Amino acid sequence: MTLELRNVTKRVGGETHVAGVTLTLERGSLNVLLGPTLSGKTTILRLMAGLDVPVEGQVLIDGRDVTGTPVRQRSVAMVYQQFINYPNLTVYENIASPLRVARVPRTELDRRVRDAAALMRLDSQLDRYPLGLSGGQQQRTALARAIVKRADLLLLDEPLANLDYKLREELREQLPKLFAEIGAITVYATAEPSDALLLGGSTATLSEGRVTQFGRTVDVYRRPTDRETAEAFSDPPMNFIAARIAGGKAHLPGGAILPAHGPLAGLPDGEITLGFRANHLYLRQPSQDAVAVTAKVAIVEITGSESFVHAIHRDMRWVALVHGIHELNPGAPVELYLDPKRMFAFDRDGRLVAAPDFAAAA
Amino acid sequence: MTLDKTVNNRAWFMVLPVLVLVAFNAVIPLMTVVNYSVQESFAGNVFFFEGSKWFEQVLHSERFHAALLRQLAFTATILAIEIPLGVGIALTMPRKGPWVSVCLVLMALPLLIPWNVVGAIWNIFALPSFGLLGRAINGLGISYNFTRDAGDAWFTLVLMDVWHWTSLVVLLAYAGLMAIPNAYYQAAKIDGASRWAVFRYIQLPKMRRVLTIAVLLRLMDSFMIYTEPFVLTGGGPGNSTTLLSIDLVKIALGQFDLGPAAAMSLIYFLMVLAMSWVFYTVMTREEART
Amino acid sequence: MARIELASLAHAYGPRPRGDADYALKTINLEFKPGGAYALLGPSGCGKTTLLNLISGLLVPTEGSVLFDGTDVTEQTSEQRNIAQVFQFPVVYDTMTVYENLAFPLRNRGVARQALDLRVREIAEMLGLTPSLMQKARRLTADAKQKISLGRGLVRADVSAMLFDEPLTVIDPQLKWELRSQLKQLHRQVGTTMIYVTHDQTEALTFADTVIVMYDGRILQVGSPQELFERPHHTFVGYFIGSPGMNILHASVEGRTATVAGRAIPLPRAYDRLADRARVELGIRPEFVRIAPQGEGVPVRINRIDDVGRFKIARVSLDGQALSVMVGEDTQLSGDSAAIEFDRAHLHVYADGQLVDGKA
Repeated sequence: MTLELRNVTKRVGGETHVAGVTLTLERGSLNVLLGPTLSGKTTILRLMAGLDVPVEGQVLIDGRDVTGTPVRQRSVAMVYQQFINYPNLTVYENIASPLRVARVPRTELDRRVRDAAALMRLDSQLDRYPLGLSGGQQQRTALARAIVKRADLLLLDEPLANLDYKLREELREQLPKLFAEIGAITVYATAEPSDALLLGGSTATLSEGRVTQFGRTVDVYRRPTDRETAEAFSDPPMNFIAARIAGGKAHLPGGAILPAHGPLAGLPDGEITLGFRANHLYLRQPSQDAVAVTAKVAIVEITGSESFVHAIHRDMRWVALVHGIHELNPGAPVELYLDPKRMFAFDRDGRLVAAPDFAAAA
Repeated sequence: MTLDKTVNNRAWFMVLPVLVLVAFNAVIPLMTVVNYSVQESFAGNVFFFEGSKWFEQVLHSERFHAALLRQLAFTATILAIEIPLGVGIALTMPRKGPWVSVCLVLMALPLLIPWNVVGAIWNIFALPSFGLLGRAINGLGISYNFTRDAGDAWFTLVLMDVWHWTSLVVLLAYAGLMAIPNAYYQAAKIDGASRWAVFRYIQLPKMRRVLTIAVLLRLMDSFMIYTEPFVLTGGGPGNSTTLLSIDLVKIALGQFDLGPAAAMSLIYFLMVLAMSWVFYTVMTREEART
Repeated sequence: MARIELASLAHAYGPRPRGDADYALKTINLEFKPGGAYALLGPSGCGKTTLLNLISGLLVPTEGSVLFDGTDVTEQTSEQRNIAQVFQFPVVYDTMTVYENLAFPLRNRGVARQALDLRVREIAEMLGLTPSLMQKARRLTADAKQKISLGRGLVRADVSAMLFDEPLTVIDPQLKWELRSQLKQLHRQVGTTMIYVTHDQTEALTFADTVIVMYDGRILQVGSPQELFERPHHTFVGYFIGSPGMNILHASVEGRTATVAGRAIPLPRAYDRLADRARVELGIRPEFVRIAPQGEGVPVRINRIDDVGRFKIARVSLDGQALSVMVGEDTQLSGDSAAIEFDRAHLHVYADGQLVDGKA
C-alpha cells in the first residue's frame, strides 16, 4: 500500500493548520512527523486517517482518491497521547475489541490477541483492568489494540509523551522492531528530536503547517535543508553565528577567521550564517583548524558525565555540550572553539548551502 | 471537493428526524399562533384579518403592563435569591467521600417532583388552617394567610420556586466547582489567599460558564412558570400573583379571546428571546475579552 | 530560607496502614541545607510527589516529623511554613493581569503598595515578563504561564523554600532548554532552597547539586550528579540515571577478578568472598565500554546500531547478555561481530542490587 498526500491544505475558521503538504509513504515504512506544538502534526494525522477532510488537495491510497472516504471505511488504527482504553473491559477484551467488531472467529481472535499481548509484554496482565495498571502498561494496551487490527495505516500521536523518561527510552528502542514486524505504514508524531533519532526510519520536519523536509531521519539530521529544520531537529538547540566568506575563509564578527576547510571550502564570497550543534562547540581545541572565540558564561548544567555550558557570544546564546565536569562561574569569560569541519552554512534566506561531511551518513 | 459535499449531504439525512420533530413541536404551533394573532374570530370558526390591531391593543393594555411588571419582579426576585443561594450551597457541599452522593440525591429530589404536585404540596403546606408552614408562622404571632394577603401570596410563591429550583443551580455550580483542578486550591493556599479571594479569583471565574447557563435556564423557566402558581394561588388573591402565563391562559381559555392571547404570547415569546440573547451575548463577549 | 529536616517520616494514604505495602513513603531521614538545589528523581509511583507535599504541608505525615530550622512544623499549613510551589500544570489567575498575578501573594500578605510595585517589577524583569505585565494571564503561552507561577513564588523575598512538581511537563522541548537554564540562573541569583521533583534524569541532574533517587517509596541514593553517574549505589540507580542506563552483567567475583560467560575480567579493586546465595552482578556504563582494536578484548555479537545523531549506540550481546556500547558519531562499524573492552576504573560489583565496596 502507498499513502499519498497531494498538496493538502486544512483551514479551520480562517486559521491555516496545514498548508500544501505533499508526502508519499510506502508500505512497511516508519515515518516521524517532527515539530513543536501547533505545527500541524495532529491535523496531518487526522487527514491521513480520514477524520478530517482537507479544504484543498487529495489523499490517495494506492493511487486511488480517498479524500472524502470516512474513517470507518479505511483500514486505520490510531494511538493517542492520553491512554485511551475501555475502563470496564479487561486488558484481553480491550485488545480483542477491534476483532470482535470485525467478527473474527474465536480461535483466530484468541491467537491474535495473545500474539499482540506478547509483543507488548502484557501476557501476565490480560485479566486485569486498565485503570489498575501503570501508565506504561496502559499505553502498551492501547498500542496492542492498535496493532492487533493489522490495519494498513498505524497512526501514533505523541504516544510516549505522558510516560516516564526511562520507560519512554525503553519503548523507543522496542517500537521500531515492532513496527517493522507489523508491516503497516506507520506515522509517528512527536515534538522530541531524540524520539525521531531513536526511532530511525524517515522524518518529515514541520513548521507552521508546512513540511520543511522529508527524508531518511539521519539524513535530515545531518543535512537539514534550511535553518528552521535545523533548529527543530537539534536538542539542545543549534547555535548560530553570522559570518562573511572571503576566499573560502569565514570571517567572524569578533575578528576571528575560520580556515577554508570542509564545508566552508567551496563557498562563494558573501554574507552567510554558520550553524553548529552543541556537541560541536568545544572547551578544548579539537583539531588544528579549530579557532577560539571568547564568550561569557551564563550558566553551566552538569549531567554527571557531561556539562552543558550556556554562554553568550555577542548577543547570541550558545550551548556547548562537553565531556566531563566543568565548573565555570557565571559571568566569567570562556574560550570556545569552533571547528570549520563541523559547520553548517545557511544563506540569507536560511537555505542550507553547505553541510559537514559525515562518512557515516552515506 | 465534490466528495467533500457528498459527505455533508449524507450528514443532513441524519438530522432530518430532528428537523421534522422541531417542525411539529415548534414551527407549526408557532405559525398557528402567528395566524391567530392577526385575525378576529367569531364562534371559533369564522375569521377576519385584523392586521396589527391585537398587538396594539395588548401593548397598550394596562392589564398586560401589570402582568408584565409582576412577571419581571418575580423573575428578578428568584434570580437574586436562587443564584447566590445555589452557589453558596454548592460551595459547602463535600468534594469527595460517601456524603457526595447523599447530597446529590437530596439536591435532585425537588427536581424530580411533577410541577403540579409541587403546587399542591405547597398549597397544603402553607394553608394557615392546618398546613405545617402556615400554622407555624401564625404560631409565631405573625399573621399569615396566602389566600387573602397579596404579600403573603408572593412570599409563598417565591419560597416555593426557590425550594423547587435552587437545586438546579446547585447542581450546575457544583459541576463547575468539581472541574477545577486541585492545584489551583493548593496554589492559592500557598499564595496566602483568603477564602473570599479563592472564591473571587478562582471559583467564580471557573464557574462563569455554568452560571451563565443557570441564569439563562432560570430566566426562561421563570417566564414560563404556570402550573405551580396556578395550583398554589390561581393568580390571586385578586390579580396579585397573576404572572404573564397565567394571564395569557385566562384570556385565551377563560374568555376565548384567541386574537389578543396569540398576540400577547408572541410578544411574550419575543421578549424572552431578546432577553436571553442579550444576556448570552454580553456574557460571552466579556469572556472573549478577558 | 530554612534548613529542612525530615525525621523518621513515613506516609500512607489509607487509614491504619499495616504492612510496608500500605506506605506510599517508607520511613526516611533527610536534610536539606539552606540555599541548596535539590532534585527528587524517580519513576511514577515512587513517592517523590508525596514527599514534596509533606515538605510543603499539603499533606500531614502518618508518622515522623518535619522540621524547619529545628522547629517542628509537622502540623503547620503551607502558608505558615512560608513555602512557594510550582505545579505540573501552570496555575494562573485567569481574570487577573500578569502584574496582578505576581502581586497577589504580596497583596494577601498586606505589603505596602510601593514596596509591592518595586518587587513585582523586579521579578518580572528577572523572568523576562516585563513586556506582558499588563496583559491578561490566560492569553499567554504555557511557558509564560509557568513563569508566572514561578514568579508568584519569587516575589516573596522570605520564602523558606521553593518547590517544583515536574514544572516542565507541558513545555515544548526547545523552550525547556531556555526555562531550565533560566531556573538554574535564578537559583544562583536569589539563593533560595529549591526542591525539584521529576522523572526526567536530565532535568534532575542539570538542575540540582544534590539528587535524591527514589524507588518504591524508598530513597536509594543521595548524591551529586557526578557521584550518581560514576558510583551508583544500586543497580536501579545505574539503570535509571544515564541514557542508555548502566549495563548489568551476571558474573561471579573472586578477589580481583570477575568472570562473565567464562571470561575473566580484571577488576580495579579486590573483593571479599560474597555471600553464597547473593545475586552477583557487574555494572559498567555504556560510556565506559569501547570497541577494542583488532585481536584484543571480549568478542561480542552486534545486534543493532542506533544512530542517535551525536553518537551511536551499538546494541551487542555477550554470550546472550545484552549490552549497550556508546560509539562516536564518526566511527564506522560493520559486520555482525566485534570485540569490546571495559574501562577498568568504572567497573562496579553489585550483590543483590547493592553496590559492594572493594579494597584498593
